[in-house]
Amino acid sequence: MTIEQQLKQFVIDNFLFGQVRDLKDEDSFFDQGIIDSTGVLELIAFLEESFEIKVADADLVPENLDSIRAVTAFVQRQMNVTKVEL
Amino acid sequence: MQVESFLELSAQRFPDKIALICGRRRLSYRDLDQQANRMAHSLVGAGVERGDRVAVYLDNSVEAVISVFAILKAGGVFLAVNPTIKADKLGYILNNCRAKGLVMPGNKVEAMGTTVADVSPLRAVWLVGPSSHEDLLSDKFVASFNAALQGPDSSSESPSKKCIDIDLAALIYTSGSTGRPKGVMLTHLNIVSAATSITTYLENNSDDVILNVLPLSFDYGLYQVLMAFKIGGTIVLERSFTYPYEIIKTILRENITGLPIVPTISAVLLQLDLSTVKFPSLRYITNTAAALPTEHIRRLRELFPTVTIYSMYGLTECKRVSYLPPDQIDIRPTSVGRGMPNEEVFIVDEAGRRVPPGAVGELVVRGSNVMKGYWELPDETDRMLKPGLLPNEKVLYTGDLFRMDDEGYLYFFGRKDDIIKTRGEKVSPKEVEDVLYALDGISEAAVIGIPDQVLGQAIRAVVTLCEGAKLTEQEVLRHCAARLESFMVPQSVIFQASLPKTASGKISKREVAAVQTGGDM
Repeated sequence: MTIEQQLKQFVIDNFLFGQVRDLKDEDSFFDQGIIDSTGVLELIAFLEESFEIKVADADLVPENLDSIRAVTAFVQRQMNVTKVEL
Repeated sequence: MQVESFLELSAQRFPDKIALICGRRRLSYRDLDQQANRMAHSLVGAGVERGDRVAVYLDNSVEAVISVFAILKAGGVFLAVNPTIKADKLGYILNNCRAKGLVMPGNKVEAMGTTVADVSPLRAVWLVGPSSHEDLLSDKFVASFNAALQGPDSSSESPSKKCIDIDLAALIYTSGSTGRPKGVMLTHLNIVSAATSITTYLENNSDDVILNVLPLSFDYGLYQVLMAFKIGGTIVLERSFTYPYEIIKTILRENITGLPIVPTISAVLLQLDLSTVKFPSLRYITNTAAALPTEHIRRLRELFPTVTIYSMYGLTECKRVSYLPPDQIDIRPTSVGRGMPNEEVFIVDEAGRRVPPGAVGELVVRGSNVMKGYWELPDETDRMLKPGLLPNEKVLYTGDLFRMDDEGYLYFFGRKDDIIKTRGEKVSPKEVEDVLYALDGISEAAVIGIPDQVLGQAIRAVVTLCEGAKLTEQEVLRHCAARLESFMVPQSVIFQASLPKTASGKISKREVAAVQTGGDM
């Protein structure tokens, strides 16, 4: 599965309770009522575990985390950073 | 004094000062007051009269603040509705208070279906932002919020005053043990009294910049706006605490001096690594809704060494009950303090007699902050408001069990009913159970609160299924999420073959809870 597919699956399983609805990649998690502050922390734990990236507190902003598209791009950036450090 | 005077007086004193910051928008007191005046004329023009109820169903936003003050200026009674409310409940509330007006986002019209059109007392709807499917509102008068603010220059003056301070200013809907939300009736005097007491003990002044991340449907969030305007300070509104670092950046960027939180926010804050961040502007943090765990207080003080922490307690029916003077927080960390200025609190036994220090009993509140009752619910009102010291006076029986020490400090003991407090908000188990029972396949349901580090209490649904029925946890949660405000959706569902019963055959919540928490309730 691509990063995007894994993410979508996670959001559907955990925040939409399995409801496969028309979630567009650019839909704001906040505006759609999909996520709240405890949800963000669950999302971070999932990202850190599944993609072996480190998410700094300063990254906890909507630009990085508020849609499938934003999170995918964020994960890709972080994975590159991790690789460079290795 | 009336509540809208908070804004009007500050607009006279500090016309050019920034009153409200929300996202990229910054409004001066003059701008905000004039826009509220224009909106008030639009409300009056659509037929809103003294005492009429008008609902504000919006996220924290400039429009929500303008609406609240416009409704008051028009002589109306505002109610702020939770922005995550679902159609059925919105319909119930609008019908219950016979709302004449509604301000809502244009892009939610479709999701509400015919709910709004079906509220027969409702006359007019103001839509914020782009809208579609306006035909769903059928015969209602529909106006664009923006167009309402473009009225003629003459309408930038306030409409003439119609109310006095014992008129209603707000209805705040709160969860009740019956499962149906109840409208707490607050007069101008109630709100002005509470706001005066609170700003007095917080020592607020016009230099304060207060950050509010709590919804205006929650009285704690609403009062941040009201009090900021009362003192001529600045309110910074965020829609939520969803992205915690965004909030940290806002504190630093806007030189926030006051930060109101609930225990859930403190739990999230304490998970961040803020060791390198300094908060030179921050003067105080307030906490209410549920007591902060002592460990949170200790760690918050490490994280914010120069900040004063106020531990407080209250309920919508009187806004605030008590605050712990900051110099007491090390001496009595588990206390929620004592009565606020211009308010009296005491503890009584089952017969209504005052009990000596140390004894547990029901907390009673006496003051001009105590509500007028629940909207059109005389029996429920009589259970909460009982005769006080003077003829015809009513005092508030809170339903909360407390003890008081020799010096008048209060310690929370428990509730007389089974209301759950999660993320700082009250949830009626009955309301969640009613939703569960509406799902095909559910035979019995018991909803209980489970102690939780972050939420205070997590909501757990313990259910049995009808014979042959198959349901998964996800299916049950999806059903709930489609019908309840976000904070009321259970965190977990447990399936059991049967539920324990009392001798009279009712589900024993106490036993259900004892099993779920390993008996340590």
